[in-house]
Amino acid sequence: MSGPLLQLAGVHTHIGAYHILHGVDLEVSRGELTVLLGRNGAGKTTTLRSIMGLWHVSLGAIRFEDEDISALETPEIARRGIAYVPENMGIFADLTVCENLLLAARGARRAEDIDPGRLELIFGQFPALKRFWQHPAGLLSGGQKQMLAVARAIVEPRKLLLVDEPSKGLAPAIIQNMVGAVRELKRTDTTILLVEQNFNFARQVGDRVAVMDGGRIVHVGEMAALAADEALQQRLLGLSLAAHQ
Amino acid sequence: MFRRLLSGDLPRSRVLACVLAVICLGLLFTPFVFPGARALNVAAKICTFVVLVSSFDLLLGYTGIISFAHTMFFGIGAYGVAIAITRMGPTWPAVAAGVGAALAVSLVLSLVIGLFSLRVKALYYAMITLAVATAFQTLASQLSDFTGGEDGLSFKVPELLSPGFSFSERPFLGVSLNGRLISYYLLAAATVALFLVMLRIVNSPFGRVLQAIRENAFRAEALGYRIVVYRTCSNVLSAAFATLAGALLALWLRYNGPDTSLSFEIMINILLMVVIGGMGTLYGAVLGATLFIVTENYLQDVMKLASHGFAGVPLLRDLVNPDRWLLWLGLLFILSVYRFPFGIVGKLRAKARRAT
Repeated sequence: MSGPLLQLAGVHTHIGAYHILHGVDLEVSRGELTVLLGRNGAGKTTTLRSIMGLWHVSLGAIRFEDEDISALETPEIARRGIAYVPENMGIFADLTVCENLLLAARGARRAEDIDPGRLELIFGQFPALKRFWQHPAGLLSGGQKQMLAVARAIVEPRKLLLVDEPSKGLAPAIIQNMVGAVRELKRTDTTILLVEQNFNFARQVGDRVAVMDGGRIVHVGEMAALAADEALQQRLLGLSLAAHQ
Repeated sequence: MFRRLLSGDLPRSRVLACVLAVICLGLLFTPFVFPGARALNVAAKICTFVVLVSSFDLLLGYTGIISFAHTMFFGIGAYGVAIAITRMGPTWPAVAAGVGAALAVSLVLSLVIGLFSLRVKALYYAMITLAVATAFQTLASQLSDFTGGEDGLSFKVPELLSPGFSFSERPFLGVSLNGRLISYYLLAAATVALFLVMLRIVNSPFGRVLQAIRENAFRAEALGYRIVVYRTCSNVLSAAFATLAGALLALWLRYNGPDTSLSFEIMINILLMVVIGGMGTLYGAVLGATLFIVTENYLQDVMKLASHGFAGVPLLRDLVNPDRWLLWLGLLFILSVYRFPFGIVGKLRAKARRAT
């Protein structure tokens, strides 16, 4: 199949009385990692949640594998192979690490039912999860919780991963671990749309970049080009890479 | 074997395991260790409430749904048996018909309430269930031709369970082997079976999803789970177990009336039992029900002893007067909620976790 895996065309989303997305146009190509950058309140998280059906789209279309999914319910969207990793370490604190992964591995009743190859990939990237396998996830550190959230999204092969600020609230050393994990994930040919505010993190993992402002996409291009152009960074994001290092 | 029986959900605390063992052994040997109708009645009530409180915990503790209609389903079970036996006579087919009809009514009602109401916020759902339960209680009182009204229904049970039935002339360990004893052990066996089934449910993949929904419905939905479907299933299952608990109570008491199975006081009591024992753990239901019912029944006796002991101390004598038992019961429960915010089981498990 050619063409983009995901396509947003003129997407408007309202949350209650607030008009958050004002016609978002975005394409995510297969096998690529697209980073969605922008200031707080630009509409990045709302874009991910609109794709996932957690906020209903009021106008426009979201096409996934050439099918309009904008009117589908979230469980239907998830069944089509889209996984969402929410921000703020979106794990289930009362359940164990194992149970968190079992929830995402549909059809798996016990740990033995999880694809061993996938588990190997997860444990290879996040050894701490193996160590705390039977511990309540709420007892993990912030970084480990974020790792678990990512692991939950990749415990089964997904066509598209929506990841919301994986570096938020993490120590620099842990962020580097996360960079390694995301890179490893890219090798599995998973398509990823990643929301990020940490430009240093974003430039290390991103293939393409889309910048949002005021509920619209204001720039689309190669990540390498944005990383190399400080003037463009200043104009779009009000920052320079040097300031982030 | 034991682990499989408990669906892999072990007490995870030595103290808790010991307390549970004491409760189980106590219930098992009550007829022989504590002879007399009072102790047997207390033990039977504990058994019934273990099922009722566990079923409420399935809803509140595991799914995060606050419902005030739980006693309605308890009442439906009790009325099902009472009405069927009154109309059809004290036979086993009548018991089966009563339980079957009660289960059918409960399933339909819980399904309708669930599908129409579980989309709204928790507080509104609680209000809806409160309204439905109040309406049902009024209905049960008004339909006196059918339900016996405020007086309720007294009925006979099948001969095997009646006190007049004796399966041995000679008493065993001083206890006469009659239908009452069979009733008690049938009730205890049904309690164990129903408890183990509920334990299996909460430790299944289905139970895991319920816990995920309780913690964060938004995230569970993002994983692809239909929240309303799971919440409704939990509502239906919980109603079914409460109905069975009601049927067991009616069979034991050989009577049912609005105050016995439908009153709001029972609803508050089971809420307290869940909170004291520990929400989100079925062992908490066992502990909460036992502690509450034993305290409710024997606190006055303890206070009577204390009152005699402090006969010479004016203020203290009045404070521990058996007439003030409700004050002390309230204080005890306030203290236990304050001291164990996650319930007794939560506290014991946390202590055991810290020790390892």
